[in-house]
Amino acid sequence: MAALVLAEHDLGQLSPATPRTVNAVAELGPVDVLVAGDDVAGIAAAAAEIAGVARILAADAHLYRDHDAKALAALLQRLAPGYTHIVASASATGRDVIPRLAAVLDLMPVTDVVAVLGPARFERPIYAGNALETVSNTQERQLLTIRASAFRPALKGNEAPIEAVEADVNAAAAARLVSAERTEGDRPDLSSAQIVVGGGVALGSAENFQLIEKLAAVLGAAVGATRAAVDAGYAPNDWQVGQTGKIIAPDLYIGIGISGALQHLAGIQGAKKIVAINSDPEAPLVKIADYVLVGDLFVLVPELIAELQRLGVSR
Amino acid sequence: MKILVAVKQVVDHAVRVRVRADRSGVETDNVRLSMNPFDKHAVEAAVQLAEAGHADEVVAISVGSQAARDVILTALAMGAHRGLLVEAEGRVETLTVAKLLRAVVDEEKPDLVLLGKQAIDDDSNQVGQMLGGLLDWPQATFASAIAVTATGLEVTREMDYGRATFALGLPAIVTADLRLNTPRNAGLPMVMKARQKPLAVRPAANFGVDLAPRLTVEQVVPPADRAGGRSLASISELAAAISSEVAEMELR
Repeated sequence: MAALVLAEHDLGQLSPATPRTVNAVAELGPVDVLVAGDDVAGIAAAAAEIAGVARILAADAHLYRDHDAKALAALLQRLAPGYTHIVASASATGRDVIPRLAAVLDLMPVTDVVAVLGPARFERPIYAGNALETVSNTQERQLLTIRASAFRPALKGNEAPIEAVEADVNAAAAARLVSAERTEGDRPDLSSAQIVVGGGVALGSAENFQLIEKLAAVLGAAVGATRAAVDAGYAPNDWQVGQTGKIIAPDLYIGIGISGALQHLAGIQGAKKIVAINSDPEAPLVKIADYVLVGDLFVLVPELIAELQRLGVSR
Repeated sequence: MKILVAVKQVVDHAVRVRVRADRSGVETDNVRLSMNPFDKHAVEAAVQLAEAGHADEVVAISVGSQAARDVILTALAMGAHRGLLVEAEGRVETLTVAKLLRAVVDEEKPDLVLLGKQAIDDDSNQVGQMLGGLLDWPQATFASAIAVTATGLEVTREMDYGRATFALGLPAIVTADLRLNTPRNAGLPMVMKARQKPLAVRPAANFGVDLAPRLTVEQVVPPADRAGGRSLASISELAAAISSEVAEMELR
């Protein structure tokens, strides 16, 4: 058995999701990592440091610059015969590419895997995390996307050899990037952050939402938001946590002014500890939180920031 | 252009699902069923393209049991012109659905296939991409905006870092995200009118597609319970709790 992991990267940086994806399948056999993109030498070098990686395959071509699903699926299809498992993180790219590749190879993929129970046996959430299904199959090859936040990252400390892979000379990207709009911010990546501070519609405005960002800054945390807060324009789309947004699994989730709609709770099921600050003691998030403080967030959050600073808590 | 829009009947998003005691799946008897929310955005997008004069026909298709006629009727009430139910009983896997859709695409020859980005029951997020692969068409998944251009489409996609707009030629596959539009609620006159629109029913077995599932579902279980609920009295207690949680975290 051998696995090929498609590396996740953006702006020349290897995503923290990739060491987690490697770790998810490390027990199944040797793991190679495919780094496909434009000017990927630095990313390939970073991926080569991941413990347990046998080889880095670097496909350096303009064709792969924008993570085009058709071009990446064609590249993976060419490499597939050497592997029993072809794996990506369940990111925008992984979710785009793996099912397309699966259909081309006439295979049923297993997406959003949260536990690898065997070479062909996996656990995945359904119904927005309100149920977990265990699936198995007898297909010759497994195509997977991995929910990175459900796995610990593989350690660093390796110098895996880097081999160049030819780009497909006849291939062309199916879609052409016209423009990209990036959400500003230097906060950690939401999907893999160790601490996340989330804000709900109770914040009342985008200006007030900065309170959430301020607390997050003290804790070195990522910022999340409920769908209602995003829909109200208090926070950008890519901060949305929940069934239809990002699924997170931090060690600590601090939910502020969040009642806890079903679809938001689905996104935070994986959090180890939950703190809720809310004026409503009956709110669903309050019911499942490990630590609860009931009161006015506009009073409590500035006090909490001051107290954490006084205690010297910072990361 | 001609648009094919795929819709799925699922347990309504407001239903609190229960796992069956025998772990065979989620209880679907006697629960409210409705159109998958993402598919509603796909139908709305198709109807808006027709209303803007970009499309002359919108065909709604569903793969499912006779009960799935309801979601096709919903699509027809929203403004789709005709419907097709590919009738199949039991669990139909995403790959099978994609192959059935390909067979329909081969017959109908649409310029654009619109689908929801994922169904909220199995949360697979696969069918649109699979259809793209089977047809070798360009795909734009997780769409939050669609514009028609002289050469095809410009589709804005929700990315992990924000959003990005891509140009793609037709024919193409687009899967809808929640911010694509606000789906209309069809009023009673539209619902009545929908019943007059053509709705063909054809058995899945007639399409020459292998319907047998590849995956075995061994069990379905509820998620682990959270103990929860320790109420703190003051900010200093909460700050101390957070401080100790932070201290215990492994560096990573």
